[in-house]
Amino acid sequence: MKRLVPWLAFIAFASVPLWLHDPYLLNAFITTGIFIIAAMSLNLLLGYTGQLSLGHVAFFGIGAYTSALVSLGFNVELFAGIRVVHDPWPVWSGFLIGILVSALCGYVVGKLSFRVRGAYFVIVTISFAEVVRLVALNWVELTQGPLALTSIPPMTLGFPGIGYLDFYSKQSNYYLVFGVLVLSYIVISRLVHSHVGRAMIALKENESLAVSVGIDVTRYLVLAAMFSAAIAGAAGSLYAHYLEIIDPDVFSFLYTITMVIMVITGGKGTLAGPIVGGLIFGFVPVVARSFAAPEVQWMLYGLLMILIVFVLPQGIVPAIEKWFGVSERNPQADIGTRPAKIQDTP
Amino acid sequence: MTEFLQHIIDMVILGSTYALLGIGLTLIFGIMNVVNFAHGELYSFGAYIVYLVAVLLGLNFFLALIVAVVAGFILGALIEFVLLRPMRGADIDTTMLIMIGAMIVMQNGEQFVWGGVAKSVPTPFPELPLVIGPFSVSWLRLFVLCAASVLIALSYYLINRTKLGKAMRATFQDQDTASLMGVNIQFIYMATFAMGSSLAAAAGALLGPVYVISPQMGNLASLKAFAIVILGGLGSIGGATIGGFVLAFAEELGAGYISSGYRDAMGFLLIIAVLLFKPTGLLARSERIG
Repeated sequence: MKRLVPWLAFIAFASVPLWLHDPYLLNAFITTGIFIIAAMSLNLLLGYTGQLSLGHVAFFGIGAYTSALVSLGFNVELFAGIRVVHDPWPVWSGFLIGILVSALCGYVVGKLSFRVRGAYFVIVTISFAEVVRLVALNWVELTQGPLALTSIPPMTLGFPGIGYLDFYSKQSNYYLVFGVLVLSYIVISRLVHSHVGRAMIALKENESLAVSVGIDVTRYLVLAAMFSAAIAGAAGSLYAHYLEIIDPDVFSFLYTITMVIMVITGGKGTLAGPIVGGLIFGFVPVVARSFAAPEVQWMLYGLLMILIVFVLPQGIVPAIEKWFGVSERNPQADIGTRPAKIQDTP
Repeated sequence: MTEFLQHIIDMVILGSTYALLGIGLTLIFGIMNVVNFAHGELYSFGAYIVYLVAVLLGLNFFLALIVAVVAGFILGALIEFVLLRPMRGADIDTTMLIMIGAMIVMQNGEQFVWGGVAKSVPTPFPELPLVIGPFSVSWLRLFVLCAASVLIALSYYLINRTKLGKAMRATFQDQDTASLMGVNIQFIYMATFAMGSSLAAAAGALLGPVYVISPQMGNLASLKAFAIVILGGLGSIGGATIGGFVLAFAEELGAGYISSGYRDAMGFLLIIAVLLFKPTGLLARSERIG
């Protein structure tokens, strides 16, 4: 039964565009999917390494802006009259470069900010996101500042000899987001079930113990930050090419909060958690918008967040698993039963 | 040179309110180990109370300031009692999430109650600034500086010279031992949070009339307060005071000489730089408070 759930979910969500033709709801599915990808990437840091990064939206936004700029082209003066001119490239290359640049930023931020822990780590990550936002807002020549980057081309895949595949329609975008989501899920699942994932969980559970058995903490944290940033960048790129317009608000703190709420509601440190939490918070606005103003909705989210921390601190997915008595063969169990595995870790 | 000195004058006035914000946060952070994300919302709460009392009720401006400080104190005590007391002993991430939730509720509550349009508060001070030689400074800002200085001095006195302050310092050093010596820890926590909140509300009440009051004003205030606390070192009131002035100095110079768009980036760049090069803060005395 337990093994069937992911497959059933896969089939159910893969069939959505076949029976759902309402463009508004399909749009809700697509944006929810994009945020689920971002939340899954945040979960890698928050749930598996235990580091609360509140600047996660920076990687999302960097992916969005990089991808958009690569496919739009730009012409900026750096300093002392040196100009950088970039002609538009195919959109798929923007997607890949967006992921690479985000991963690189994840590497640098991880390398620098994992020197500090706890509250200080949180504040460094927020500061990073705010600095990036202010750069996006003020470097008008590159980003158009508050005027936003417009007419970003939708995703296009080129196959030499076969032709091109455009993602203009909602249906095709749905499958694009769905495909990236499934791919991210597989990558994250492979990662957390590998020795890397066990090392991450070990240092979340007890950092000094993990160090004492020879786990290179910074290395694994930076690795997690890189993967997490890359996936968030992919989500940002999808977002930019789906909406075809982005402005510096893409870096807003509320987006990070949305991702955090999705992860902790669903259950941090579980693979399904961000998906369950993401679906809930992706569709609550769809239901709530008919009777509540946005600020009232946000008040409800805030209250819900407090309530969940009080009542269900582990999140929904672990609570359901406990209810049904499912003992997931999860990585935590691996640590308990096979400690030798961690010691093998280089 | 004249321009530089004018920047210094503006910096001192801004720095004094930043110091108020920082002192409140450093007390809460240092003594309770709670990262108070709602700090900026208490700041905007103070500003809105001034608007409520001075503009909507039409009462005296100075009375409004006092009401704002008292209201901040009460709200702080309430938040502590409802949200933090049941979670005593929870790890720092858990309380952080709760305070983020509180921040979202308060900010959107303000948006709901007051609307998104920025409000301004008229003050009883003369419109024309005080001009001394080539420098000019508005009477309102001068009053802000004086009031903030008085509040900073009061905080020093409270922490360093009173029995309550001694109990707070003892709790900061070692909560269990302080408890064994008969310090009522629950009361100290509540007093700390209420006092920190009232200082934030005071900063908002003083700065609100200088600028305009909007529901978003708390966002940057929270982050700036964190910057100040990190600059000054955890739990150090002197550090928070100096941190407030350093941040104001960096912002004034950044806005004046680089670009006003990057004014707010200064605080974040300072945070990143301090944490990378001197993570204990500029005035590191992590084992003491006062």
